[in-house]
Amino acid sequence: MTSAKPEHTLAVALRGIVKRFPGVTANDRANLEVRRGEIHALLGENGAGKTSLMNVLYGIYHPDEGEIWVKGRRVTIHSPHDAITLGIGMIHQQFRLVQTHTVLENVILGLRERFFFPEQSARPRILALAEKYGLKVDPDARIWQLSAGEQQRVEILKALYRGVEILIMDEPTSMLTPGEALELLHILRRMTAEGLTVIFITHKLEEVMEVSDRVTVMRAGKSIATLETAQTNVRELAQLMVGRDVLFRLEKKAVTPGAPVLKVENLNVVSDKGLPAVVNLSLEVRAGEILGIAGVSGNGQRELVEAIAGLRPVSGGKILFQGEDVTQTPPRMRIERGIGFVPGERWMALIPSMSVAENMILKNYARPPIGRKVFLDAEAVATHADTLIREYAISTPNRQTPIKRLSGGNIQRALLAREMTERPALLLVAQPTSGLDVGATETIWNLLLEERARGAAVLLISDDLKEAMALSDRLAVLFEGQIMGEFTAQTMDLEKIGLMMAGALRQPTAEPTAGEPA
Amino acid sequence: MPDFVAGLLENLLTILVTVVLAIPAAIRAGTPLLYGTLGEVYAERSGILNLGMEGMMIMGAVSGFAAAQTTGSAALGILTAALVGGLFALIHAFASITLRVNQVVSGLALTMLGLGISSLMGKQFVGQPLAARLQPLEIPVLSNLPIVGELFFQFDLMVYLSIVLVPVLWFFLYKTRLGITLRSVGENPAAADALGVDVTFVRYAAVVFGGMMAGIGGSYLSISYAPAWIEGMTAGAGWIVVALTIFAMWDPSRALLGAYLFGGVRVLQFRLQPLGISPNLLNMLPYLLTILVLWLSSDQAAKRRIGAPAALMTAYAREER
Ligand SMILES: Nc1ncnc2c1ncn2[C@@H]1O[C@H](COP(=O)(O)OP(=O)(O)OP(=O)(O)O)[C@@H](O)[C@H]1O
Ligand SMILES: [Mg+2]
Repeated sequence: MTSAKPEHTLAVALRGIVKRFPGVTANDRANLEVRRGEIHALLGENGAGKTSLMNVLYGIYHPDEGEIWVKGRRVTIHSPHDAITLGIGMIHQQFRLVQTHTVLENVILGLRERFFFPEQSARPRILALAEKYGLKVDPDARIWQLSAGEQQRVEILKALYRGVEILIMDEPTSMLTPGEALELLHILRRMTAEGLTVIFITHKLEEVMEVSDRVTVMRAGKSIATLETAQTNVRELAQLMVGRDVLFRLEKKAVTPGAPVLKVENLNVVSDKGLPAVVNLSLEVRAGEILGIAGVSGNGQRELVEAIAGLRPVSGGKILFQGEDVTQTPPRMRIERGIGFVPGERWMALIPSMSVAENMILKNYARPPIGRKVFLDAEAVATHADTLIREYAISTPNRQTPIKRLSGGNIQRALLAREMTERPALLLVAQPTSGLDVGATETIWNLLLEERARGAAVLLISDDLKEAMALSDRLAVLFEGQIMGEFTAQTMDLEKIGLMMAGALRQPTAEPTAGEPA
Repeated sequence: MPDFVAGLLENLLTILVTVVLAIPAAIRAGTPLLYGTLGEVYAERSGILNLGMEGMMIMGAVSGFAAAQTTGSAALGILTAALVGGLFALIHAFASITLRVNQVVSGLALTMLGLGISSLMGKQFVGQPLAARLQPLEIPVLSNLPIVGELFFQFDLMVYLSIVLVPVLWFFLYKTRLGITLRSVGENPAAADALGVDVTFVRYAAVVFGGMMAGIGGSYLSISYAPAWIEGMTAGAGWIVVALTIFAMWDPSRALLGAYLFGGVRVLQFRLQPLGISPNLLNMLPYLLTILVLWLSSDQAAKRRIGAPAALMTAYAREER
């Protein structure tokens, strides 16, 4: 365990880490050196092995080979417990919080606090830490009552409370609103000012440029390069990651929109909590057109698409698809008529423990060539899966792999592949590129544009304003369930959109003309 | 008007008196259920469903009787029952936690195993009266009160012990460090693991504790309630415990209420029969009540997010995604 080395400036050194899973090598002699007190960005394509490497450092995965050095000492990390003892903390992309417990209970879990009423003895220290780092959160709130941003603060508090020196964050901004993300970056700065070391996994190159001191790029399980952030740029990073130039050039051909495919008239939808989520909303999407919906998440986007997909009852108004009223049509019938749906929450549309092949037939299993009478044609299922895996470049050991084992980007690709291959007349897509690397983002943007060129009507919901603006022919801004204004590709104005997202501006023409409550 | 309703009205007063007089008997009949339920609540709070309850209880009953009869000490009998119940639960723990076998399958196997072994082991004790009886505990003043003393203060130590355990286990679960740990493991083992909690150990401990409680519950039947060994004497009590755990919403304090209610139903089954109430109807009652409670509380439970532990019946492996 001991053997000192003159590497005091290094907080962490990973040398030649190999981690294999059945059919995949997640880490293939990966190296990483992180200096004390720096923010070190870890960059790489989906499935490059970033999360796996960090799980090795945190004791969640046992490496098959390789050395781990922490603060200048060679160590063996058997479990998260060992990692915590070494001053390492990790915040996973999927937060590891007990939803039904309070913030305090989550923070003290696993610690040798006072036996009786342990959470009470922890209160003053938690409040002090929260104060010091600007982590506002009610210590007695239950986790399920908190927003994603607040939950993340609880995760940070958990690490700080244990005296973390090296904090790993896996895609910390992917679930946050732009405002929350900015706040997080400030908090990280404050932590490094106190001497903490931060390892930060992200797909957003601007964040790397903005916040990190150095950056390591991974590809196919290997570390390709470590650079000083000040001496690199977005283009070089993207190029290193993907192994080719990422141009962010979209092949947006001119398409003359056709007939309206979707018409929504004075739609009213209620949220899970029973509150109005969509209010007297009207919109129209034509064939060969992408209508983008921008807005801070939680302003009715989810309820809107779910209502159109038939997964949520409508409390008022009408949904017309290709001229026919489908307001009361069951979801299965809407699928058959040609409505495709990619929800923002992946697991709403995929079954984690089922294989890639099985997930790929969830929509067309009842029809030939897949379904024949009561049986499935195993060969057709296999061919269907293999075709999609090839055409959409889904990286998976094989078609029998449970889909939950794939990396985030590949899960998303698989979902899009299943929906697009049905060639729907209307495609509802929410957050299509959340968690995806720049290469995959580019691919998926082009796939969506191909759908548009084919003549599909696309309704795109995105929290990422850059994405919404890049893809949309028309962009509507949603605030508290109402459309505040609409822009065409030519009239998009970042400042106005921002004001509308905050509810501070409303286009006079966007006032609902009909259905105003009497 | 249906016959049984007419009969019911006619005998309303008699029924009322019968019900009140049945309270002590209900408490006695509810005691093994209470032990079992407290144990199952703990096991399920750690995320492990143990359908071997019936098997563990009957093993407790037979081994408790055997030990008490051969040593002449009721206390040793109860202790043995706890050990045997714990050992039996260990089988389930190993299968469902270490081998990650389906928990339903492993629990059912345990029940069948327990019923089989107990009937084999108990052959020699059938028909023997227990020599080492548990005496009612004399409580100064209270036990001598007229009526009230008769009704509520003539129980033996095992009854009082189970009642004392209710607040103790409630307090442990909600107000102590280990209680928070236990509940966290049942809700989100990955979260607990990431903070260095030994998920496997916590689950083993909870399941074994559940088995020990089941064993004690079973031994109450053969050492105090009967007191004798009768083959198959748990008569489905283990299954009622499984339903009771749900009825109690995985909360020790509600387990007390449920156990006496269900115990009461068991007793009234016999006492109300002469008054024209079908025992089959009463037999269904525990299960109907469970469904009713689930239905009534589901809305409130969903709002406050109480209910089944989120990770109930899911095995955990650190490297698994
Ligand atoms: N527990 C596991 N079981 C099986 N395969 C796994 C497991 N964890 C990771 N893998 C595989 O290892 C590879 C690397 O995955 P990893 O999650 O480390 O990628 P990543 O760089 O974090 O990607 P993303 O940006 O999509 O999160 C992937 O092919 C993934 O399928
Ligand atoms: Mg990852």
